[in-house]
Amino acid sequence: MPLLEVRNLTVSFPTAAGRFDAVQGLDVSVDAGEVLAIVGESGSGKSVAMLAVMGLLPAIAGVTADAMRFDGRDLLRLTARERRNLSGREIAMIFQEPVASLNPCFTVGFQIEETLREHTGLSAADRRHRAIELLTQVGIPQPEERLASFPHQMSGGQCQRVMIAIATACTPRLLIADEPTTALDVTVQKQVLDLLLRLQAENGMALVLITHDMGVVAETADRVVVQYNGRKMEDSDVLTLFENPRSPYTRALLSALPENAKGGRLSTVSSFVPSAETAG
Amino acid sequence: MSATDDPHLGTAEQEPLGPPPISPLRENWRYFLANRGAVIGLVVIALMVLTAIFAPLIAPHDPTAQFRDALLVPPAWTDKGRPEFLLGTDALGRDILSRLIFGARYSLAIGLVVVTLALVSGILVGLVAGYFGGWIDGLIMRVMDIILAFPSLLLALVLVAIIGPGLFNAMLAIAVVLQPHFARLTRGAVMAEKHREYVTSARVAGAGTLRLMLVTILPNCLGPLIVQATLSFSNAILDAAALGFLGMGAQPPTPEWGTMLAEAREFITSAWWVVTMPGIAILVTVLAINLIGDGLRDTLDPKLKRS
Amino acid sequence: MSAPATPPAAGVPVLETRGVTRDYVSGGVFGGTRTVRALKGIDLKVDRGSTLAVVGESGCGKSTLARIITMIDAPSGGELLIDGEKVDIARTGVPPDLRRKVQIVFQNPYGSLNPRQKIGDVLAEPLKLNTSLSAAERRDRAMEMLLRVGLRGQHFNRYPHMFSGGQRQRIAIARAIMVHPALLVLDEPVSALDLSVQAQILNLLQDLQDEYDLTYVFISHDLSVVRHVADEVMVMNLGEAVEYRSRDAIFAAPEHPYTRTLFAATPRIDVDRIRARVARKTAARG
Repeated sequence: MPLLEVRNLTVSFPTAAGRFDAVQGLDVSVDAGEVLAIVGESGSGKSVAMLAVMGLLPAIAGVTADAMRFDGRDLLRLTARERRNLSGREIAMIFQEPVASLNPCFTVGFQIEETLREHTGLSAADRRHRAIELLTQVGIPQPEERLASFPHQMSGGQCQRVMIAIATACTPRLLIADEPTTALDVTVQKQVLDLLLRLQAENGMALVLITHDMGVVAETADRVVVQYNGRKMEDSDVLTLFENPRSPYTRALLSALPENAKGGRLSTVSSFVPSAETAG
Repeated sequence: MSATDDPHLGTAEQEPLGPPPISPLRENWRYFLANRGAVIGLVVIALMVLTAIFAPLIAPHDPTAQFRDALLVPPAWTDKGRPEFLLGTDALGRDILSRLIFGARYSLAIGLVVVTLALVSGILVGLVAGYFGGWIDGLIMRVMDIILAFPSLLLALVLVAIIGPGLFNAMLAIAVVLQPHFARLTRGAVMAEKHREYVTSARVAGAGTLRLMLVTILPNCLGPLIVQATLSFSNAILDAAALGFLGMGAQPPTPEWGTMLAEAREFITSAWWVVTMPGIAILVTVLAINLIGDGLRDTLDPKLKRS
Repeated sequence: MSAPATPPAAGVPVLETRGVTRDYVSGGVFGGTRTVRALKGIDLKVDRGSTLAVVGESGCGKSTLARIITMIDAPSGGELLIDGEKVDIARTGVPPDLRRKVQIVFQNPYGSLNPRQKIGDVLAEPLKLNTSLSAAERRDRAMEMLLRVGLRGQHFNRYPHMFSGGQRQRIAIARAIMVHPALLVLDEPVSALDLSVQAQILNLLQDLQDEYDLTYVFISHDLSVVRHVADEVMVMNLGEAVEYRSRDAIFAAPEHPYTRTLFAATPRIDVDRIRARVARKTAARG
């Protein structure tokens, strides 16, 4: 049984021009201990699907699914309270803008301990101890002193490490990372990705990596879901995806990479139209 | 479509074009119409403007004509009222309705002139301060702070006392008092806009300082200024009424609403209508304009827009 | 100063900098000032029709360098030469004929177009400011350029917010080459774009370079893009050019330790590497 199973998920938003389906009939499953990459360009609905799983979409969004199960529990039937308990403790999420994800008014230590207070029964001293342990784990030097730092006193890479520390505070079984390294420099990106993969392997947690960067996919994923215009185009293991992609869209996307330029020119995805009704 | 002939070019046609183009003006108009309060305000002001324009045709009497046989006649719907004086007469036997109708001319003119003066001078001062920054900015903004540090009505009163009472001097004084608000707002917006890349792009394209300030930056700062202008419109009417009430604004027998209030002071207990009618006129106008201002702010602030 | 009409002698680089530095002074009024040197003496030379890529991470000074080359900011020290002519904008400002020789395209296609200006006016503005063409001629040229960069005639009277990111970047490129500059500075021109749109824009830039004999200074953090577009590559770190060689040489054998770190950190799509990684993981599990 997969850890997370989503079947026929549709997310729609009401707009001035009528209903807009951001995700249409998406099936996705994540096994325990797996690294799944969800790839797509802007507007492909790659983030929206996972926000729906987390229950983080605004109330106006219409979310329907045949099934949305985490570890056998039906996410659609949980009460708001049960859902809150689940996300944070068993499912966690980190976002693209690490500096904006942290509250600028409170110290890093306070924000980590807040999560622990919310989800565990640890005493104040134990929480502090655990916070130091977490900062050490995500590779922040001098963690005791860093607890008293405010987010603006740290670099973007360090803020993302703190976000990861908060997300993994309760050793979740599933971590969803939405473009976690897009705002970071390549050298920092590598460190953060290495950290995520290390934690994933150590804790046996499943990792969903939402990204637009094919290079990141190649370096991290076990399995890849490619999305376009709210629909799933391909669901393959990483080798198949790069060696022998099944979907024409994936082929077009890969051929648009600068490293695959033929004769100095890049082929463009625009020549590819998956089907008439999704091309709008 | 010559570009499509080139198979390699990858024309932009495949990229979604988005909804069919709506001009920003039309779009804003649609948002404005969705705001019921703002539309009511607009209708009231439109009626007010029509009344002011066609005052001689609408008013039943001459605003300065004194009916010696009809001093302090109460409104027509009361027991002692007379049908030819719908809202009653004042202590000199002048028809209050006619005076209010002609007074609309003054009040709207005051609003318009004051706001125009304050807006234009405030924008110029704010533009210079925001664009150049440094000591120019420091100097200008400290002067603005000094003006803002005084209670506005008191400062206007002092100015009128120096340059002499009268409607135009009162308007001038009120404009001076309102101007720093525009200057501050413009400066803030200009400072935010001047580092945007489209401004740099215009500079690289060869635009000079004056063009950058007036053609490139200023139009992008107008949103909040328009809102502030409508809100100041009602402030101007109120301040002019207050100056009139204190005898420093329009001089009798001008049928300006504030002056009418001042003249009616002694009848507050004996003849309520003489005070109440101009008061209601001021209230309704100010309320209507504030509703329009609120509506404009909601319309022009992209953050408040539903997508 | 030579007449602008005569083409510069062959062999004179379109762009040359000699020991360009840039200091930022912070603090003031109370307490001492602090000087941060953002550029520590940059020497470069770019020949007509070629592309120099400047690579580095955030804060390395590459955007500061772009602004100096485009004559937006003055350097604190050193010399800037355009077509062999010395430029000193701190003292003399930017002469109009030099202004049109260097144009720039920014990274963010949403910020670089005036939201209140129609596309037609965006394209005609450089002509209005730099030439004596009539309004009708300006309109014709703008329309011609609009079609050239792959947009359509009906786009002429629309506002920027009606376009997608890629379309806006086409417009920004079109505006930059309206006055036929010799040098185009591209500051991360495709970083904000999707992969498919990135490919279209890179192709367009390549076509325009051939067609107008343009010289590019291409600023980027993306090594795969740089490898695709550059003739020469300059790697910057902390305000210094740590390595500056031809593309093939630098990608074949990076010399400076920082360049090597940068290359090693860049994710690569290589089927053999993926296979090795998957095998490693399977072994660890089994």
